[in-house]
Order: sequence, then structure tokens, then C-alpha cells
Amino acid sequence: MVSIFFYLFAFILIFSSVFVITAKNPVHSVFFLILSFFNATGLFVLMGAEFLAMLLLIVYVGAVAVLFLFVIMMLNIDFKSLRTGIMKNARLGLIIGVVLLAEIIFSIMGMHYGKDKILGTNLSVVSNEIENTRLLGNVLYTDYIYLFQTAGLILLVAMVGAIVLTHRKRDNVRKQDATKQVLRNKSETLNINDIEIGKGA
Amino acid sequence: MLDIINYDAFLFLITIFAKILVLVIPLLIIVAFLTYAERKVIAAVQLRKGPNVVGPFGLLQPLADGLKLFSKESIFPTVANKFIFILAPMVAFGLSIAAWAVIPVADGWVISNINVGILYLFAISSLSVYGIIMAGWASNSKYAFMGALRSAAQMVSYEVSIGLVIVTVLVCVGSLNLGKIVYAQQNTWFIFPLFPMFIVFFISALAETNRAPFDLPEDESSLVGGYFTEYSSMLFAMFFLGEYAAMIMMSGMTTILFLGGWLAPFDIALLNKVPGIIWFAGKTSLILFLFLWVRATFPRFRYDQLMRIGWKVFLPLSLLWVVLTSGFLIVFDLLPGNV
Repeated sequence: MVSIFFYLFAFILIFSSVFVITAKNPVHSVFFLILSFFNATGLFVLMGAEFLAMLLLIVYVGAVAVLFLFVIMMLNIDFKSLRTGIMKNARLGLIIGVVLLAEIIFSIMGMHYGKDKILGTNLSVVSNEIENTRLLGNVLYTDYIYLFQTAGLILLVAMVGAIVLTHRKRDNVRKQDATKQVLRNKSETLNINDIEIGKGA
Repeated sequence: MLDIINYDAFLFLITIFAKILVLVIPLLIIVAFLTYAERKVIAAVQLRKGPNVVGPFGLLQPLADGLKLFSKESIFPTVANKFIFILAPMVAFGLSIAAWAVIPVADGWVISNINVGILYLFAISSLSVYGIIMAGWASNSKYAFMGALRSAAQMVSYEVSIGLVIVTVLVCVGSLNLGKIVYAQQNTWFIFPLFPMFIVFFISALAETNRAPFDLPEDESSLVGGYFTEYSSMLFAMFFLGEYAAMIMMSGMTTILFLGGWLAPFDIALLNKVPGIIWFAGKTSLILFLFLWVRATFPRFRYDQLMRIGWKVFLPLSLLWVVLTSGFLIVFDLLPGNV
């Protein structure tokens, strides 16, 4: 039964990733990308990597793809002009594709050979006793703590960079201070004057 | 190929299917009557009677409403992207039902008792933004699109603080399994030690389900009807039901994280005799009543204020609480070990 699900997920994954490239409408491409993420999640679950599966859903589908959709929906793209110039960029695309393919092949080969040498720890222990969330945490926060923190720092730098690039000082901006508004009381803001009839301005 | 589908696998599938039916049918009935409860509660707050004509005490009102929506015509805008237009309400509705696969309504009464249950719930609630974005985009209408953008930004923002609140609870439990989260509360419900986080979670849940006072995606006065402006008939009904099912799901999540799930309030034999599902349903209904009470009481937030609370108040507060809680647990050596 597991193998039926494996083929189901794998087929949909491959076909939807083909559609990501060939879909005419970029928004449809993003939806196909989401579909392929979903099926990758399914494959992770079948392998017993439940933590990674849920993380893929939360991070990539729940956050990253939402931002993709945002950007693509907001851009006013001329779909037809996007399709032209495929041949012009084909050479570059081909090189990148070959490099990526080679990397994937190398990493798969690396997994079969010195598994302990590369990772330092045997991660393939699938155990029903210990949740793989705990297994991952044990490795990440001990052997790889420096790499893990460095990755976090790189993300922080990226975030600071994005803020610096988009932040600009504008004059004549009226800002609200919610604390000040909540804390002010009646006597500071309200005057009640008795005006004689006929004397009011 | 045939030997793969053996008798056991078939039996397993049938059992799962039966369990799903047993869960989903009562859920849908509860969703229908939640709309009735909402109208009754709001009516009571506003000193009116609420629905009281169809059936005894107006109890058949949800059925009448459903029948009305069924018999209406489905209208598709000519410029709409039909496929995604139809898919969007299905996504919204389907996701809010799918979340119930991991929620334990009583001890062991759960369809799938997975190790990462809470992450699954979190993932599903963060996916529900897609139903709204798809609806807004496929309608090809400016109001629908504006509503969708607002709501997407709102839901993504409040997920951050919900995530940190969940982390706070998980630090105290030491497991991502929903059943273990409930069992960890046998002595004290987490609402007592983590009360500020309960408040943050409840308010974020209001924002996450697009309920008043954060119902900006469907802000009538500025956006006509928000993301479902162009929807009618059954497609509209699916959004409507999806929203209420998501409300029940969030209430169930609050119950599990903070109110001890199916456990009795005191560990007394008499109270423990009451079936767990009654406690679970009771606590969930209490949270649901809070949802309705808030809707009947508070005016709608302005959008920039909503964002201010999410990013400038809840995010630092919940982050601080994560640090404080883990610090406290480490100092007093209370950190849960291998559960």
C-alpha cells in the first residue's frame, strides 16, 4: 500500500513540477509549485521524516509560496513577452540545470558511500522509540550548533539588508502613538464651557 | 500489483473511512448549529430574540438557510478564472475539515495519532490562507483582491505569534504529540502558568480565523464583501462553513494547548467518570462562546492597528515569554526529559 502512495505522490510531483515550467500563467505556475510541495511532503511522510514534512508545509507552502503569490499577483506582467526569448537564455539555463543535476547525483552517491564520514552522525536511524524531531534536535544543537547558528545569522543579515533597502525617511509623516492615545484622559482633551444663549460663536 | 492490496490494508482503509464519517458528520452538524448559536448569542447581547420562527426555538433555522443557499443560482463572473474560482472555497472548506484528523476529542479518540500533531495543525491553519488568496485572485474583482491581500497579510502576521505561543507550550511538554500535550496538563492546566500566552493565543486565533474584531477581509463598509464578494450559492456556503469549522478547530486547539483537552477539571473519581468527549466539547464550546461574545461586543479594528498589535505587541511579548519559560524551566530543573 505504501508503494501505491509512493507512486501516486511521485507522479503528481513530477508532473506538477513540469507544469510549473510550462504553465502559461505565472500564477498557475505558483499553484503547481504548491502542489509539488504538497506531494514532496507526502513523500517525506512515507519515509518517516514527519518533522521535515511538516516543516516543508509550514515554511515553504505556508510562508514562502504565499510571498511568491503576492509578488506575482501584484506585478503587472505581460504574459506574452515573458514567453519570448526562451532560446536566448537556453544556454545559461542548460548550464545551471546540468550543475544542479550533477549536485543531486553527487549528493545521492555521497549518501550511499561514507554516510558517517559526511554527516558525522548516522541520521538514517528510523526509530519508533525516539521521535525524529528529537533525533534532529539532538544532532542540530550538539554537533552542528555552530553551523546552525551561522545559518541563522545569515538569515538575520538578509533580513536587516531588506529592511535597510526598503526603509526610507519621509518628512511630513503623521505617526500615531497608541500608548499616548490610550493613556490620555478627559481633562487633557476636553473643555466644557458654559456659553450664554446667543453669545456662542 | 494486486497482492499489494491485501485484506488487511482494505480493512484498514474501511476503518479509517468509518472513523472519518463518525467525526465529520457530527462536525458538520455542529458547524450548522454554530451559526444558529451565533445569531442567538448576538441577539441576546443586543436584547433581541434572534431566530425563533423555523421549528421549536428556531432550531431548524440552519437547515432552512442551507436549503435556501442550495436553491440559489451560482453566478460566475465572466472574467473570473473558473477553475480556481471553484477550487478556492473547496480548499478553504476542505482544509478546515482536514485539521480534525489529528485532534483527540477524548482519550484515544483520534483518527491519526501522529508524533507531530501540533505542527500538522499549525501547517493546516497556515495553509487556510490559500483559499482566500485564490478566491480573491480568481474573482478578478478589485474588492475581492483587496480583501484577499489584506487577509493574507493578516494571517501570515498572526501565525508568527501563534507559532511562538505553541513553542512556549511545547517547551513545557517536551513532545509535539497532541495526546501527550493533554497528559502533561494532568496536574495543572497550562492556562494558569501561561495565562498571558493564552490571551495572546486567543486574540491571534480571532485574527487567524478572520473573526470580529479582526474581520477586515470581509469589511463590508470598505470592501463590499471582501474576498467572497463575487461568490454566491453553494460556493459562498462553503466559505461560510469553512470559516465556522476553522473557528471550532481553533477552539479545539486552544482547549488542547491550555485547557487540558479531554481531562476533567479536578482529578476526582466522580468527575473522571464523565466521558472525556463531554469535557472536550464543553471546553471547546466555552471558547466558541468567547468568539461570539467578542463579535457581539467589540467594534472592528483599523488595519494598521491590527498590524501594530500583531508585530509590535504580540511578537515581542510571545518571544519574551518563550525565553522566560525556558529560562525558568532550566533554572528550576523542570525541563521535561524523554516523554
